[in-house]
Amino acid sequence: MTNPPVDFSDIQGIVRFGYGSLTEASFFLLRIREAEAARAWLAIAPISTAVECKTAPNTAMQVAFTADGLRALGMSEEVVEGFAPEFLSGMGQNSSRSRRLGDVGANSPEFWHWGNAEKLPHMVVMFYARQGQLQSWIQAAQNTHWTDGFDSMDCLTTVDLDNHEPFGFTDGVSQPTLDWERERAPGQNEIVYGNVVSLGEFLLGYPNEYGKYTDRPLLSASDPLAKLLPQAEDAPDERDLGHNGTYVVFRQLEQNVRGFWRFANAQAPADPQVRTAFAESMVGRRMEGKPLVPLQASPIQGIDSKLLEQNNFTYDADPDGIRCPFGAHVRRTNPRNPDLPGQPSNPVSKLLRMLGFGNSEFRYDVEASTRFHRLLRRGREYGGPLLTPDQAIADSSDTQEYGLNFICIVANITRQFEFVQNSWLRNTKFDALTEESDPLLGDRQPITGCPLTNTFSIPQERGVRDRVMNVPQFITVRGGAYFFLPSLSSLRYLAALGETAEKKTSQ
Amino acid sequence: MTPQSNFMILAPIDPRKEVELRSLLASMNLEPGVVNPQNSIIPFSKLKKLHFARIVILKDDTLNDITAYGLKPVSYPIYLTFLGDVDGDREIFLADLVAHYSAGLKQIFSHCEGFTADKDLLGWIKAKSAPPAAAYVNWVGRTVQQVDEEEALHQALESYIQQEFETLRSMRPRDIHTMLRRFVEDEGRAGRLKLTDPEPTPLGWRFRSLLNLIGVPLLMVLASPLLLIYLPLFIVLLRRRETTDPVIAPRVNAEHADLLASLEDQDVTNQFSALGSLKPGLFRLSTIAFVLLVIDYTAKHLFNSGRLARVSTIQFARWVFLDGGKRVIFTSNYDGSLDSYMDDFINKVGFGLNVVFSNGLGYPRTNWLVLDGAQDEQKFKNFLRRHQLPTQVWYNAHPGLTALDKRRNMLIREGLQASTMNDSEMQAWLALF
Repeated sequence: MTNPPVDFSDIQGIVRFGYGSLTEASFFLLRIREAEAARAWLAIAPISTAVECKTAPNTAMQVAFTADGLRALGMSEEVVEGFAPEFLSGMGQNSSRSRRLGDVGANSPEFWHWGNAEKLPHMVVMFYARQGQLQSWIQAAQNTHWTDGFDSMDCLTTVDLDNHEPFGFTDGVSQPTLDWERERAPGQNEIVYGNVVSLGEFLLGYPNEYGKYTDRPLLSASDPLAKLLPQAEDAPDERDLGHNGTYVVFRQLEQNVRGFWRFANAQAPADPQVRTAFAESMVGRRMEGKPLVPLQASPIQGIDSKLLEQNNFTYDADPDGIRCPFGAHVRRTNPRNPDLPGQPSNPVSKLLRMLGFGNSEFRYDVEASTRFHRLLRRGREYGGPLLTPDQAIADSSDTQEYGLNFICIVANITRQFEFVQNSWLRNTKFDALTEESDPLLGDRQPITGCPLTNTFSIPQERGVRDRVMNVPQFITVRGGAYFFLPSLSSLRYLAALGETAEKKTSQ
Repeated sequence: MTPQSNFMILAPIDPRKEVELRSLLASMNLEPGVVNPQNSIIPFSKLKKLHFARIVILKDDTLNDITAYGLKPVSYPIYLTFLGDVDGDREIFLADLVAHYSAGLKQIFSHCEGFTADKDLLGWIKAKSAPPAAAYVNWVGRTVQQVDEEEALHQALESYIQQEFETLRSMRPRDIHTMLRRFVEDEGRAGRLKLTDPEPTPLGWRFRSLLNLIGVPLLMVLASPLLLIYLPLFIVLLRRRETTDPVIAPRVNAEHADLLASLEDQDVTNQFSALGSLKPGLFRLSTIAFVLLVIDYTAKHLFNSGRLARVSTIQFARWVFLDGGKRVIFTSNYDGSLDSYMDDFINKVGFGLNVVFSNGLGYPRTNWLVLDGAQDEQKFKNFLRRHQLPTQVWYNAHPGLTALDKRRNMLIREGLQASTMNDSEMQAWLALF
């Protein structure tokens, strides 16, 4: 049985493309003032799709909504409640969630520029354009419906750092490969790490890595607007509001570029090479993007052939963390491990491994399998221009902000984004470490029984580890929210919500 | 070696006193989910043999699920339970507890029905004991005192290494080992570090353990003709039920989920308490009883040093039958967040979860007892969250230390005291810091 092909014209393009050639971008955070005008704007907004054009377009526009935004558009509570609980609860409105995400101390939502209970956007409109074309593209979209329908809460600008993040490292090197052909049939206990991930991990309405359909709102066929939506693949009697849609996790992360390089410099004053090597050990990659560990000879399934030198590796080649520290940022965010370690070669040894036998080493089999926790990243930098390490270290009265508008796409916010943030980045016990959190993103706040969360260990081939104490907080959360990125069909549904509202009032 | 034991006191709450009891239990906490270890009712931190303890009100909101089988819901009392994991003999621990903290215990248990133990509190507690059908201890023999001493050792060595790093970095591993050993000896002489030798293993425990080691398989062998005769019937019954048993795993309401989440991730270790009814009939009861017997046996003799199958994050866990085998409570103390715990459940030991919990009412559909079930990720998570109870009071003797931390500290001590190590063993030992 073959799966029905994917209809790219129904998916917002950001799921498939990073819009790399559209180097200018702005993200408008909006409140819906007048639902009717907002829906009228949506009905004619030129939302970009995932259809591949022969030549890349000059502009693109995407739109996504918070739970309050869907309500403001007129979606009934019954339908809204079909979305994921964490989406309904919101990123910054629940103290238990804040604790898990490390949004504590300086990261607390109370200090956010936006996204806390006092300043919650209804939607985000993401504008992309080639150099010099952004302003006219935005102006064209700001028609009378826009002016009548929306209050602009904030406009997040971006800066093009030519594929670098503000610390100066090449960014966006590693991404999961989406199974657009719908050929992947994940098994249990996979013994080889691969980079091809089921579509259902990044789009609702498709099977995920468990072979299941992630919960999303399904409408009864008798709903007056149901005809606008496709049948649910797993429930043909119902219409799928989530199909070809997904969630967008948006976090505004301010990066203390000067603090980062000054701290690196303090490890080896006057030795730029050591300084760079230390910064690279915290990140887990060379500044130009190559890994710290040797490449694997055999190809890894789903690694882009143009990026083999950057990505064709796992940490099997570095079991003691000597080349890339266990706690390095990229090793935490993507441990590149399969379900079952040790690549057992026959059914008996596989069974023994499944029962936990075969290796009693301290660090053996302590991490979760990577494939259930992948993120598709679409972030854009903001603030000042790229600084060289020397510029960053030099005395300066510069008060320029630097940062990343972190954007990732996931079908299950809790299992993917929140898991990575909590269990891999914030967790002081990741991979049997202790007393350290992610060297870049850690909030450094003490936890009961763990006064120290701010060290960073660099294992050595011979002798004891080098351990850096008092690593400062380099990145501060300035805002954030969970959004739903609808399909084009679902956008038509949203734009039509007024019809049912009118009917109800006339009844 | 001092083996661990556990206790569980279970008594029905006087319905008129439930509200009062809740506020009494809340007064033992600094904030929800964070116990005051020196609280005046039971100052847990003074109990030097206690690893973990919890007090939970067993209020089961899923009793109506049985109507899915066309049966009338049964009403069970709302129980109060106080349970813990301790070093050495449970009787000695309980006697000691009663001797020192009888006032607080009476204050708590006076909210239970028919509490008349003003004279013989210990006798009442023993009468209200609920033994586990299966219990798991991450490392049999590791005592509270040992964890304390070895963590002090670890911290002292980390500070010393940090302080002497410039000297140590140019030294050979063997010389580093010598230097660290000398430091620990000096600290010991100065009375700043103590590493107490393990107590001899109690003879009675060794005898019982040996008896269990041999006895359980012997009983199985003796019963094997019967089991073999039962097997075809078992398969028929299992397959028939597996394909028709109702699945009850709706998303939990936000209020319940928020309450549970508010108690979690206050420490690097968390508590988990879940209660549910078994599917009706003898088939499920006999299946789970057999499975728990096997789990208890493997926990005693096979998975007694650091791992329960592939999972290294569970510190203590147990299953206890309630109400004559109609319901089961599962409690555990695990490292990391609930999401990572459930991730382990599904991806590392899904088969193990299935054989036990699939006998519970409403569990996601299994296939041949071990397959599917937990692999239905969202339903499985809903099922667990739905049956999870808020734990009113939870005490951990070693906040901030995971099972792996405790294991690392043991390895540090072993390596420090080892008389011979080759170069690669020496380097592996140094890599523990």
